Amino acid sequence: MSKKSFRQAINEALRQEMRRDPTVILMGEDVAGGRGGSAGVTDAWGGVLGVTKGLYEEFGATRVLDTPITEASYIGAAAGAAVTGLRPVAELMFVDFVGCCLDQIMNQAAKFRYMFGGKARTPLVIRAMYGAGFNAAAQHSQALYPLFTHIPGLKVVIPSSPYEAKGLLISAIRDDDPVIFLENKVMYDEEEEVPDEAYTIPFGEANLTREGDDVTIVAFGRMVGFANQAADRLEKKGISCTVIDPRTTSPLDRDTILECVADTGRLVIVDESSPRCNMATDIAALVAEEAFDTLRAPIRRVVPPHTPVPFATVLESLYMPSVEKIEAAVTATMNHRVVEKV
Amino acid sequence: MAQDITPITMPKFGLAMTEGKIAGWLVEPGASITAGEELVDIETSKITNTFESPLAGTFRRQVAANGEMLPVGALIGVVADAAVPDADIDAFITRFQAEFAESAGDGEGDAAVDEPVTVTVGEYTLRLHERGEGDEIPLVLIHGFGGDLKNWMFNHAALAQGRRVIAFDLPGHGGSSKDVGPGTLEFFAGVTIRLLDHLDLPRVHVMGHSLGGGIALTLARMAPQRVASLVLVAPAGLGRQINMDFINGFIAADRVRALQDVLKYLVHDKSLIGRRMADDVLRYKRLDGAEAALRTIAAACFPAGQQGDDLRPDIQAADMPVTLIWGQADEVLPATQAEGLPAAITRHMLADIGHMPQLESATAVNTIVEEFIKTKVATS
Repeated sequence: MSKKSFRQAINEALRQEMRRDPTVILMGEDVAGGRGGSAGVTDAWGGVLGVTKGLYEEFGATRVLDTPITEASYIGAAAGAAVTGLRPVAELMFVDFVGCCLDQIMNQAAKFRYMFGGKARTPLVIRAMYGAGFNAAAQHSQALYPLFTHIPGLKVVIPSSPYEAKGLLISAIRDDDPVIFLENKVMYDEEEEVPDEAYTIPFGEANLTREGDDVTIVAFGRMVGFANQAADRLEKKGISCTVIDPRTTSPLDRDTILECVADTGRLVIVDESSPRCNMATDIAALVAEEAFDTLRAPIRRVVPPHTPVPFATVLESLYMPSVEKIEAAVTATMNHRVVEKV
Repeated sequence: MAQDITPITMPKFGLAMTEGKIAGWLVEPGASITAGEELVDIETSKITNTFESPLAGTFRRQVAANGEMLPVGALIGVVADAAVPDADIDAFITRFQAEFAESAGDGEGDAAVDEPVTVTVGEYTLRLHERGEGDEIPLVLIHGFGGDLKNWMFNHAALAQGRRVIAFDLPGHGGSSKDVGPGTLEFFAGVTIRLLDHLDLPRVHVMGHSLGGGIALTLARMAPQRVASLVLVAPAGLGRQINMDFINGFIAADRVRALQDVLKYLVHDKSLIGRRMADDVLRYKRLDGAEAALRTIAAACFPAGQQGDDLRPDIQAADMPVTLIWGQADEVLPATQAEGLPAAITRHMLADIGHMPQLESATAVNTIVEEFIKTKVATS
């Protein structure tokens, strides 16, 4: 066990699963990255942010496939390889590029098991980077997990830390259904203790990063860290929070969310995806339907405005949910007073 | 006089504990207290435990308020004789706080030493944590089925006064490698002997809990010259009966809620089993190979729904001092299994305590062990 970065945790998960199971292959743009430099390395890029570095050298060109810039073809090929016996891990680089291959994901991979009467397995993982805060502009900054969550037949995973990333990615690779695995591009250098051995974290079980009495905060991916920081500050003011990291948006651990809301009576949802039809609206609807009478204050959402992600740094930081915004939302829900009807 | 003033500081209950919250003071300032009296409830991210006074005196000052979160080692209260003037107490607190703030700024120099390490013993990798130093015979702690060295979090440091105390993860457990061979008591006792060789320890006290108690007894049979004394905490091997709902449930549970229910068999006070504790166990259980190791051990040690090893002949034949500690409310191995043993074996039957007395009644267990080593072992 040692401290590993989010990037290393993902690299280690891929490496260990490729060693364990020869049917695991990688496909994607720049997953090797070509020859480069005076040293003549064969994986100069190792992924656009270096996540797959070293895998090409260990596993070679038959298992690490550096593809052309044609998402429709290689995501389609990966889906086909999955139904015919391999376990491909295809990298979409920026999740925003899903526009080029949505049919392959939405109408093909997601539907195989259902349309073939349960006889087909599609053990496909699609890794992609998501999220703003990287100053990468509107076409490279979206948090599109609600789009995938909307499609039955897909599993959607959003790891919130290096430990979570390794265990969830190994589960994704061993899973027999298509899994969308979303990595926040700002988190690759975050570090924590990660076991050297392979391990799995099951889908559909939320993690409580802290337990409190006053407010339940549900947050996703990078927002879990923000929520924990806000909860630290709020604790000093005497407000104690439960922070739920659902880990997967599909399947969603509804029970844990409902139980925690029943305990605290207050709910704040932090979601960095566009605010219409996102996870915050989904969970707000769930709680309104199933736990309305346990609420002591209206549900609050900490979400960005309904605009493309701005490129200008100051506007981008204004756009993003932040620790301060979460703190303000929790404080507001605590200050809410029910007006008695006369 | 400053030497009459004793600081009460935030204790360190376990490896992972870096800070604790004052969950509630149990004494008022001005109260006269005895050694071992319950002073304050401390809440960590994993468990809430009562901190007991290390000495007798007057509880002069409550420095930390209820609900306050403080790092390990921070001043939470002051004990002194009633005759010590208030001004001296104030000066003491000021000086302590200044020195503590300074040492906290020094970084992790000292803390880094007090951590588990990994050693290679033949084909096995073992995680072990060593504390304490001194001339007394070292003590080795062997945890039970599904446990790890953190099972001794409330005992390890307390027992490491004047002696080395080594806690380690058995193969298949915690941070150790997951190959458990045939999964028998003899296998684990054999690995323990090789660990003693590796650490160059010719003779040790052995304290074992549950399956670890069975391993300790097997070790005493296989290498009696290595064992100075045996402390057996709810040990395996003294009866057939075992709660297979615990064993099978522990192996099968892969979700927090399911595991939390199973872990409740371990204690009498069910409120001790929090979500964090289940999370921690799941981190181990989800490692590749962990579940298979547990299944191998269960098949070898608990075939056909009961304990396979009868160690009563071993405990009767043991010629080193032996003591037995058992919680009367044990729901895994019934406390009646402590009956019918030679009179030379002192038995400590703890009322309203479950299968983990070392956790649920840590101070009592620590006192029993110290007394046992001091009297029985010294005179034998």
